[in-house]
Amino acid sequence: MKLEAPYTMAQTPQGMEGPGFFATTLDQAIGLARKNSLWPLPFATSCCGIEFMATMGAHYDLARFGSERLSFSPRQADLLMVMGTIAKKMGPVLRQVYEQMAEPKWVLSVGACASSGGIFDTYSVLQGIDRIIPVDVYVPGCPPRPEQIIDGVLRIQDLVQNESSRRRNSPEYKAMLAEYGME
Amino acid sequence: MEQALRDKIVQQISDVQKDAILMAEMNRDFFTLLVKKDSLHGVVRILKDNPDFGFSFLTTLCGLHYPEQKDELGIMMQLHNLEKNLRIRIKSFFPKNQATLPTFTDIYKSANWMERETFDFFGIQFSGHPNLKRILNVEDMIIHPLLKEYPLEDQVRLDKNDTMFGR
Repeated sequence: MKLEAPYTMAQTPQGMEGPGFFATTLDQAIGLARKNSLWPLPFATSCCGIEFMATMGAHYDLARFGSERLSFSPRQADLLMVMGTIAKKMGPVLRQVYEQMAEPKWVLSVGACASSGGIFDTYSVLQGIDRIIPVDVYVPGCPPRPEQIIDGVLRIQDLVQNESSRRRNSPEYKAMLAEYGME
Repeated sequence: MEQALRDKIVQQISDVQKDAILMAEMNRDFFTLLVKKDSLHGVVRILKDNPDFGFSFLTTLCGLHYPEQKDELGIMMQLHNLEKNLRIRIKSFFPKNQATLPTFTDIYKSANWMERETFDFFGIQFSGHPNLKRILNVEDMIIHPLLKEYPLEDQVRLDKNDTMFGR
């Protein structure tokens, strides 16, 4: 059987290619490695978490994108996936989990509740996790389909691939953290 | 609950505390007492300790708020006699500036968390409670959110434009 499209491994960044070698910038090489070995920390509190389980399952299989190793310790995780309603009382816990993650770290906000409070517009629910931690990518939906969650992870991968290795030391990044009262 | 026992409850309480019961009625199949606030603690004590009644289990205790009433705040308790499977409901109302009751934790240990919840959501104080602080809401909350003067919705949302929702 003939494959329609040529099968490629990871998308190679721009660089010099020759027989037996490939040369590119260090940023690009690191980005390539990071992008395809993200360790997500699932912070699942409700139905979006169920969709995430389907995303990790055999049918949708997030492992195809190098994220099969979930980390249940924030210290080893690269990507915080917040899935579900975050009550105000849960806020400090989520913030502590984020602060315990080592740089570089990314945050994916899955679903309407995590992104904006969703239907829970009430005194006890945090109206979007971006009120307490910085968010890189938002996935809409209530709950989103596994395809949407995968798309969110792919958008995170784009950020990871193209992030400058100096970004986390930049004044802009520090100013952004300072807005959240972190250092 | 049989008529005889209902009469006996009302009689026994009236013997000890005259005028304590403002109203006693069957609310569908649930015997309900409306009790004066100052007598509430004594009434609950009788219902538990008197062997004829034996309401040994506190099913629930919660606050009530009817802003249109003169005595706008209230509490509601449901007691259960587990041996005979009898239940009774007790209500009491009081004005907002007198929202302090004696604690029921000396009668039912389980009243501890229920009173904390009632304080948390309605601001009703229970004097003598061992640890009266918020239980469900965040500790730095400044309102008692189930009082009707506070809107249900969080006031920080920017995406809810009233003109679009016809409000």
